[in-house]
Amino acid sequence: MAATLEVRGLTREFRGFRALNGVNLRVDEGVIHGVIGPNGAGKTTLFNVLSGFLKPTQGQVLLNGRVISGLPPHEIARLGVARSFQISSVFPHMTVLDNIRVALSARTSLGYAFWRSDRILDRFRGEAEELLAAVGLAPVAGREAATLGYGQKRALEIGLTLALRPNVLLLDEPTAGLSAHDVARVVESIRRVAAGRTVVLVEHNMGVVAALSHRITVLQRGRVLAEGTYAELRADPAVIEAYLGGAA
Amino acid sequence: MTARRRIGWSLLGAAALVLPLVVYPVLGADILAWALFAAAFDLLLGHTGLLSFGHAAYFGCGAYVAALLATRLQAPFPLNALAGGVAAGILSLPLMGLSIRRKGIYFAMITLAFAQMVYYIANQWRGVTGGENGITGVPRGHAFGVSLVSSTVFYYATLVLVTLALLLCWRIVRSPFGRILVAIRENEARAQSLGYAVGRYKLIAAMLSGALAGLAGGIWVINHGFVGLDAVHWSTSGTVVIMTLLGGMGTRLGPVVGAALVIALRDAISAWTDAWGVVTGIIFIAVILAFRRGIVGTLEGALGRRAAPAPAVPAPERPLGTIR
Repeated sequence: MAATLEVRGLTREFRGFRALNGVNLRVDEGVIHGVIGPNGAGKTTLFNVLSGFLKPTQGQVLLNGRVISGLPPHEIARLGVARSFQISSVFPHMTVLDNIRVALSARTSLGYAFWRSDRILDRFRGEAEELLAAVGLAPVAGREAATLGYGQKRALEIGLTLALRPNVLLLDEPTAGLSAHDVARVVESIRRVAAGRTVVLVEHNMGVVAALSHRITVLQRGRVLAEGTYAELRADPAVIEAYLGGAA
Repeated sequence: MTARRRIGWSLLGAAALVLPLVVYPVLGADILAWALFAAAFDLLLGHTGLLSFGHAAYFGCGAYVAALLATRLQAPFPLNALAGGVAAGILSLPLMGLSIRRKGIYFAMITLAFAQMVYYIANQWRGVTGGENGITGVPRGHAFGVSLVSSTVFYYATLVLVTLALLLCWRIVRSPFGRILVAIRENEARAQSLGYAVGRYKLIAAMLSGALAGLAGGIWVINHGFVGLDAVHWSTSGTVVIMTLLGGMGTRLGPVVGAALVIALRDAISAWTDAWGVVTGIIFIAVILAFRRGIVGTLEGALGRRAAPAPAVPAPERPLGTIR
């Protein structure tokens, strides 16, 4: 079940430096919204605010009309907003299967049961194996996450995000560093996974952005430079000058 | 359980049963109390990845409360010790509640500061704690009608209680809660973004650790019949850190072995010199340099056996772009 994500007048300052300056954004249900911009434009800061790791200095983030900015990250996650990280953020010394199981048990309150045996987590095994198969990690389920290759860690990252069964997906450069073949695979996964969900996608790869996004916002130095479809932005002279002109 | 492990545990159990024949029973019960203290401490260090420099606050709190209950209310064992544990758990709520807002070295410093505050209060509140003189004449009393005046009998009573408490510690580690603690230790930001209220988990772990440390203090004071400011001194906090690191943090038997070793060393060496601290310190340095994972940790590694969710050192904090 998808949700509407809205950002109103979002400003985030760090001791006088405005990483985000009056950003407005609206993502409707089921839409994939791309966010692009040169390095330093504020994309990661935007994601950190959306997922609760930062509070806005001014402005609000709304989920289905309800203000969520200011809530701690774990509560925002419980409201169905799942985030993937730009640098693969997994649990390195746990097995791939355990990584997913930890994500799956987050929805329950089993985590607090310090008096029960952890064998009770076996109940998540089936669901975990399904999820691993969906991201292509079934063969390495028993390996420590730290031993995975880069592309596999990326896949695990996405797997963890999906395990939350989220309404909103915040994907931070999901194809960064992947080979062309893997990029194509990830694009297909995202397309599948985005069905019925609301997605905000930060990417540098223009091909990926063009292929997936319904609408795109261009950020530059913390402000929204332009917003529209890929075709519209490609023709916008301001955007071309600032970004698209020099990109891949 | 494999046959080899069964043999190992049986040997350990047998050793625990005959210990009063090898050492003074009071020393034996001391080892048990400190073993529990170290195991409780390791719950926070080896497992949650939080290094507390002020755990004496809980050990001492448990000791003082148990002593007061035994002397003023004639509360029997193990009730007095258990009440000490509960008191320490209650104490840990505000203290740890504030401390866990910081991580790493800052967390350690805050815990040390709080422990020093507890020390100061213990010193000043003479009416209750006896100040510098402490509380003397704490009776062994009875447990379920059986007199504990005999140190041997007390040792076995303690063995039962400590075994149960250690089983609880080990269960906590291998519970769903324990798994989440490992996840938090490995990647806190990730755990948060999956929906875990990380602060709450750390606080619960800290309270369990504090309560069990308090129980250890309660057992310790009934054993010795006396509690003074030493129990809340920073050197007590330091001793438990050494025991845990020496034995191997994040392992089941590491803290137990570390406690036994340090207590035995202290006892053996102080027979011929006052400088047992120096000797223990040197041994500690040597072991840590040679066996980074402690005695038990290294042994387990050598035997190819992995401890439950793999411990070792806390994972470094991940950069998140910009973090609040």
